[in-house]
Amino acid sequence: MKPLVLNLRERPEQRLDLSPLLPHLLAGKTAADIAGIELQTTRSRVTVGDVFRLRMGDARQIRIEQACDRLDHIGHGMTGGEIVVDGDVGIKAGRLMAGGRLMIHGHAGPWAASGMRDGVIEISGNAGDRLGGPLAGETVGMRGGVVVVRGSAGERAGDRMRRGTVLVEGAAGRWTGCRMIAGTLIVRRKVGALPGYLMRRGTLILGDGADELPPTFIDCGAHDLVLIRLMAAFVNGYSTQLASILRHSLRRLSGDTAVLGKGEIFMR
Amino acid sequence: MRAMRALIVNGVRVDDTFAEAFPMRATALIITAGSPEWARQAAVTMTGFATSVIGCGCEAGIDRALGSKETPDGRPGVRVLMFAVSTGELQKQLMGRVGQCVLTSPGAACYAGIDGAGAARLKLGSALRYFGDGWQISKRFGGKHYWRIPVLDGEFLCEAMTGLTKEAVGGGNLLIMGRSGRATLAAAQAAVKAIGRIPDVITPFPGGIARSGSKVGSKYKSVRASTNEPYCPTLKGVVATALDDDIASVLEIVIDGLTPDAVTAAMRAGLTAIIRLGAKRGAVRVGAGNYGGKLGPHHFRLKELLR
Repeated sequence: MKPLVLNLRERPEQRLDLSPLLPHLLAGKTAADIAGIELQTTRSRVTVGDVFRLRMGDARQIRIEQACDRLDHIGHGMTGGEIVVDGDVGIKAGRLMAGGRLMIHGHAGPWAASGMRDGVIEISGNAGDRLGGPLAGETVGMRGGVVVVRGSAGERAGDRMRRGTVLVEGAAGRWTGCRMIAGTLIVRRKVGALPGYLMRRGTLILGDGADELPPTFIDCGAHDLVLIRLMAAFVNGYSTQLASILRHSLRRLSGDTAVLGKGEIFMR
Repeated sequence: MRAMRALIVNGVRVDDTFAEAFPMRATALIITAGSPEWARQAAVTMTGFATSVIGCGCEAGIDRALGSKETPDGRPGVRVLMFAVSTGELQKQLMGRVGQCVLTSPGAACYAGIDGAGAARLKLGSALRYFGDGWQISKRFGGKHYWRIPVLDGEFLCEAMTGLTKEAVGGGNLLIMGRSGRATLAAAQAAVKAIGRIPDVITPFPGGIARSGSKVGSKYKSVRASTNEPYCPTLKGVVATALDDDIASVLEIVIDGLTPDAVTAAMRAGLTAIIRLGAKRGAVRVGAGNYGGKLGPHHFRLKELLR
């Protein structure tokens, strides 16, 4: 399948909203139609044709080349197909995504995968703060799907996560998995202070521990659970590095007892 | 009483008749444990007292043993099939048997063994989770939903739902007749062994064999099924017998399958094994039970199985 290619001419002068550039929205459109789509976030009008060199192809696969961190909302509300980004992306990549695959060959800004419902996001670099988290005023963050970060994640990864799986091969910042409602978040390297802060339910698996654990988590001992074996088989499809930490007996800490206390942190 | 003409193969007379079988609801489970022995123990316990829907509520048995590469959690396991006459009864039996026999078995975990068409699903972990008394944990990943129930050896992991098929068939059968009890049993055991290699079927009676083949109804109002006296060798002289003079023992193999094709394959395998054993060492005649073709929509003709 020949992809539809959008090659960035130069770094744009303003932040751009790329949420109209989704496979299901571009299906059946001509090159002229696509070139005329507006992307501006200020009063200065900017169209696709102004900032991208367009090479037509099947809109089920969109390729954004020479991307930069001023490109926001890539894959926002995506329902299917594939978007591949060569370069960094701005804020809210894959926000409210409901299906398909978003591949980012670079770093992602804050709120990547925010409120995501389904599909797969893979970030080869680092992810900014609040990975999968809700925006201000929203009560629930990520609700499904799988996010893989090959680098590290910022602070509050998985904030208010309700369902789904987040896999971070690098480290993560403070308050990883804070206010989690459910779901699974696995981090291979060390995370910052207070992981699982105020989490109600859900599973945090920390391959290399944390700078400081919350005092409101209670040690429940080391266990070799069938669930972890099952999860290893699932995770292995996305990251063999992360799957390897699931092949050991893990210590279970139950919390956060400052709230409901039915969440858990697994550590070596 | 015998008006049907038999085909004789390797000395075994194969009646020109058919097995009459019925639609059933069925499900499948995968039970895993820390060792093949404990997986089998859980499965054997769960499928105990499940020989006939007449008195047990369901018919259940082990389909086959699974290697660690064939199970969801990479541990040795067993695939179990369960059949019942209604979805409600199957759900009731499933919850009772998994709850009492798999949840209780050391190290056991339980998964769906069949996808089921469309929305046809049965509650598995979703029905048993309340045993966790509030400490149960729901976990979804990879498109599956599991329940983790804390128990004394760690956690009982159980998939939330399992599939249901309404295409299942119950009551495929072979009537194996021999000159002695020993020879008849040898033929029946050979057939059960051959059927054991066919996927998606079970033979729910003890060791796969029933000696109490039954007919519907009885002279007693409260009895739903009673002995099939035309096939009882000790009554040959006093009833309208279906047996020849040289037959001294009859055993029945009942076969339930997830599809009509699976039952056909199982009956063919069983019949072939009986014929291969031959009349000198095994059965002298093979028949099948039916109700004249008026009750069950599935008819498995013995002669067609030999083609």
